[in-house]
Amino acid sequence: MADMPSSPAMQVEQELEGDLGARRMIVNFGPQHPATHGTLRNIITVDGERVLKIEPELGYLHSGFEKLGEYRTYNQTVTITDRMNYLSPLCNNVGFSLACEELMGIKVTPRCAAIRVALAELSRVADHILSVGLQAMDLGAFSVMLWTFIEREKLYDIFEAVTGARLTTSYTRIGGLMRDLPPDFEPMCRAFMSKCAKTIDEIDDVLSNNTIFVKRTKGVGAISANDAIDLGLTGPLLRSTGVAYDVRKQRPYLGYEQYEFEVAAEQEGDVYARYRVRMKEMREALKIVDQVLRKMPAGPVNVDDPRVVIPLKDAGNNPQGGMEGLIYHFKTYMYGHGICPPKGEVYSCTEAPNGELGFYLVSDGTQRPWRFRVRPPSFYNYQALPRMSEGGLLSDVVANLSSLNIIAGELDR
Amino acid sequence: MTDVSAAAVEKLVALFPDVLIGTGESCGQRYADVRRDRIVDLLTFLKSDAELQFEMLMDVTAVDYLNQGAPERFCVVYQLYSISKNGYFRVKAYVPEADPTIDSVSGLWKSAPWAEREVFDLYGIEFAGHPDLKRIMLPDYYTGHPLRKDYPLRGLGERDNFPKYAGGA
Repeated sequence: MADMPSSPAMQVEQELEGDLGARRMIVNFGPQHPATHGTLRNIITVDGERVLKIEPELGYLHSGFEKLGEYRTYNQTVTITDRMNYLSPLCNNVGFSLACEELMGIKVTPRCAAIRVALAELSRVADHILSVGLQAMDLGAFSVMLWTFIEREKLYDIFEAVTGARLTTSYTRIGGLMRDLPPDFEPMCRAFMSKCAKTIDEIDDVLSNNTIFVKRTKGVGAISANDAIDLGLTGPLLRSTGVAYDVRKQRPYLGYEQYEFEVAAEQEGDVYARYRVRMKEMREALKIVDQVLRKMPAGPVNVDDPRVVIPLKDAGNNPQGGMEGLIYHFKTYMYGHGICPPKGEVYSCTEAPNGELGFYLVSDGTQRPWRFRVRPPSFYNYQALPRMSEGGLLSDVVANLSSLNIIAGELDR
Repeated sequence: MTDVSAAAVEKLVALFPDVLIGTGESCGQRYADVRRDRIVDLLTFLKSDAELQFEMLMDVTAVDYLNQGAPERFCVVYQLYSISKNGYFRVKAYVPEADPTIDSVSGLWKSAPWAEREVFDLYGIEFAGHPDLKRIMLPDYYTGHPLRKDYPLRGLGERDNFPKYAGGA
């Protein structure tokens, strides 16, 4: 233990030792606490029930994704993005692929764009519904969490049918997708959507006018629009303060301008407003999926661009079967070949469930990015926790934290 | 709506010629390369100018341009966003390897402190005037800055030298 440097909390505890009458106390909230929903730690100084100071400590899940991304090709990096926001990996896949396509000046096919939109919106439902369920669980309504997990399981079944994996989807490729949709995608989606809409209504019935839930959330952790902008908050947190900023509306990508949907915005900026925003966004997301399914374009899912497209391993193109197929395969996969965007840099952002997910890529003209930076929404959102919770009650920290929906994989990368 | 980044470039050329190295455009996005000397002044101007109003600091990060022919080795990158004008702008401040220091913008935006801590942690660039500059992702006793290009992917053996918990209180 002698070599182990002591953490700030341990030092404060030592200072307070022997003075049990002191009113100030340190509470360690995490890293192993059921209400953190991830590996993060808050060192909370309390005076009785009142929170004086919160010092978030992060990095427990730091995996060096940005460093890893600099050592992988662009298509290999898609697999890294799965592991960032593990509640909605498809949104990360889509965001990253869009950034690369912008870097290379590629526009994906209409069918590819529609499929990406449908899956990103289904992921948004999966993320929000779990977030609402866990928020309810933290505030004492356990059954809501079980209902939401049922819906998420069904969504994962759809993702499994489409991508082959429930969590590590890695579905997008630069300039297209891993494969086209399965033939029964639409009936699966329709069945899910009608059931999910009912579940959302049920959650609404149980929570929205529930005295306990409302008392634990209304007026708790309220934050003003100016503060939210100053803190760099995006997504449901920013929209709950009255700023109707949604990347899908402000800077439409993947043809979001074709779909009709409302930006969910509330005014109060408290935990209840964030819950309302998430509930409304789920309904809007289902509306978007419905529109996508109704006008799903036919055609190929990959762009016709030899720089990026991965050759099919069919009879005429089999790397084991002929010289041409072998050359094609070599030019796609071997070191020094493959996808090489021109020199340049791009910052591309999409509306992920937690807020603005940005990718800043610097290309040096080789097949690996020189710099792979992720602007994770959770990182900036989490920074607001002290601002929201200091001066409030200790139990409100739980309500605030669950309304932030911090995903540790994306927070620490 | 005209692109606010074009107006930002014009104003910077007129008002900050002493620190401006150049401006550029990549993938339709404009950016300004600047020296680090007056970075707080420059960003204050971009934030408060009535025609620009970059009221949001979306991201602070850095790039290590080791042997890439950049003006200096390190570059601190600020992604600014204007909600009212719906436009992005990027400011890239170059920081020399010999003295990796730049003024902190924590006083300007509350979103900056953690982002600057991350750059400090992973690149070793110090932010003068930062309220609480310490490592954020890695433990305090870590040595080295992993996102530097001369830092190997497998690390420098830190993993074998982490202090171990020996048991006991």
